[in-house]
Amino acid sequence: MATEAQGAEEGGLVFHPMDQFIVKPLFGYGEVGAFTITNVTLWMALTVVAIIALLVFGTSRRAIVPTRSQSIAEMMYGFVYKMVEDVTGKDGVKYFPYIMTLFMFILVSNFLGLIPGAFTTTSHIAVTGVLAMFVFLAVTILGFVKNGLGFLGLFWVSSAPLALRPILALIEVISYFVRPVSHSIRLAGNMMAGHAVIKVFAGFAAIAAISPLSIVAITAMYGLEILVSGIQAYVFAILTCVYLKDALHPSH
Amino acid sequence: MATETHGAETESAGGMPQLDFSTFDNQIVWLLITLVVIYFVLSRVALPRIGSVLAERAGTITNDIAAAEDLKQQAIDAEAAYEKALIDARAEAGRIVGETKATIQADLDKAIAKADAEIAARAAEGEKAIAAIRDSASENAAIVAKDIAKDIVAAVSPGKIDAKSVTAAVTAKMKG
Repeated sequence: MATEAQGAEEGGLVFHPMDQFIVKPLFGYGEVGAFTITNVTLWMALTVVAIIALLVFGTSRRAIVPTRSQSIAEMMYGFVYKMVEDVTGKDGVKYFPYIMTLFMFILVSNFLGLIPGAFTTTSHIAVTGVLAMFVFLAVTILGFVKNGLGFLGLFWVSSAPLALRPILALIEVISYFVRPVSHSIRLAGNMMAGHAVIKVFAGFAAIAAISPLSIVAITAMYGLEILVSGIQAYVFAILTCVYLKDALHPSH
Repeated sequence: MATETHGAETESAGGMPQLDFSTFDNQIVWLLITLVVIYFVLSRVALPRIGSVLAERAGTITNDIAAAEDLKQQAIDAEAAYEKALIDARAEAGRIVGETKATIQADLDKAIAKADAEIAARAAEGEKAIAAIRDSASENAAIVAKDIAKDIVAAVSPGKIDAKSVTAAVTAKMKG
């Protein structure tokens, strides 16, 4: 991997801030094939386990007066459900399981990635790109299925003066196709940057004089990253809801 | 994806593991498997269960509130019934007091009347006795007067006047 090339910067200190993102086979060494069990596999599996632990085992008692884990599960459910209902309206509620899947995957992956030594699957553009393309394709297909060619009305701003409409339509089309790009890079970029910065601060801890400051900085960044993890999952989910609303009600 | 290639150029040839395209198929495969598993777990087990628990709780809360309203209404009814019973009891007590007073009054009146009648009877008896005594006294006085008059008459004019005419004269005198 090329990351070692960065190591010689910062006057003798060895930084490998990007090493944590390397995808490598979990058992042995060698090429990473499509079905090779890698650290991606491990941390995605842990994500699934964590989600099942929270949403399935946490609610297994079906208590009227909820336990702590059941409260959290219900809070997640209520939060996403309300978001879907508020943004997309009543007819968007049937897509709630898909949005809940995306939200839970991103949220839990982000939080698991904050465990020291963990691998953050959502910091990879391959992962967030697939998620964003999934949303983009689903919303576009759904828009045409639900509204036929009327879905193109999304790009034709009927409230604007007639002369401006073709220009606005062009801008709308461009912004529509930029959506999956921004959607995926926002999430991956946020996760990657935070983890890389923490790693850089951790590298500074090797100098005894700076290490207390470095530890304070890591702590502060860690707090910020917890916030970012939650917010990015929320942003991804709510933007998905907004796109879904466009597909269901394309008129401005 | 234009942005990725752009990023690769600035990061000095594959500095970012994110842009190592050889790992993309691996990540995408595992991501799709993960998403499908999560989706099925959520849509088949977790979400219906949480939804039913929330609905059940909402139902329970609604029922409990309704039950509480019911009990409150019952308490209000019971209080009203108690107040009514109290008023009824007061009225009943008043009625019994009045009735008893009337009965006592009637008994008293009867006893007084009886006593009056007895007193009247006794008074009449007494008067009768007094009258009898008076009669016998005036009779005795008449007899004494006749005897005295006979004696006086005999002493004044012996043998000339009979006893019958003296008695008649005394009786006439006494009546006068």
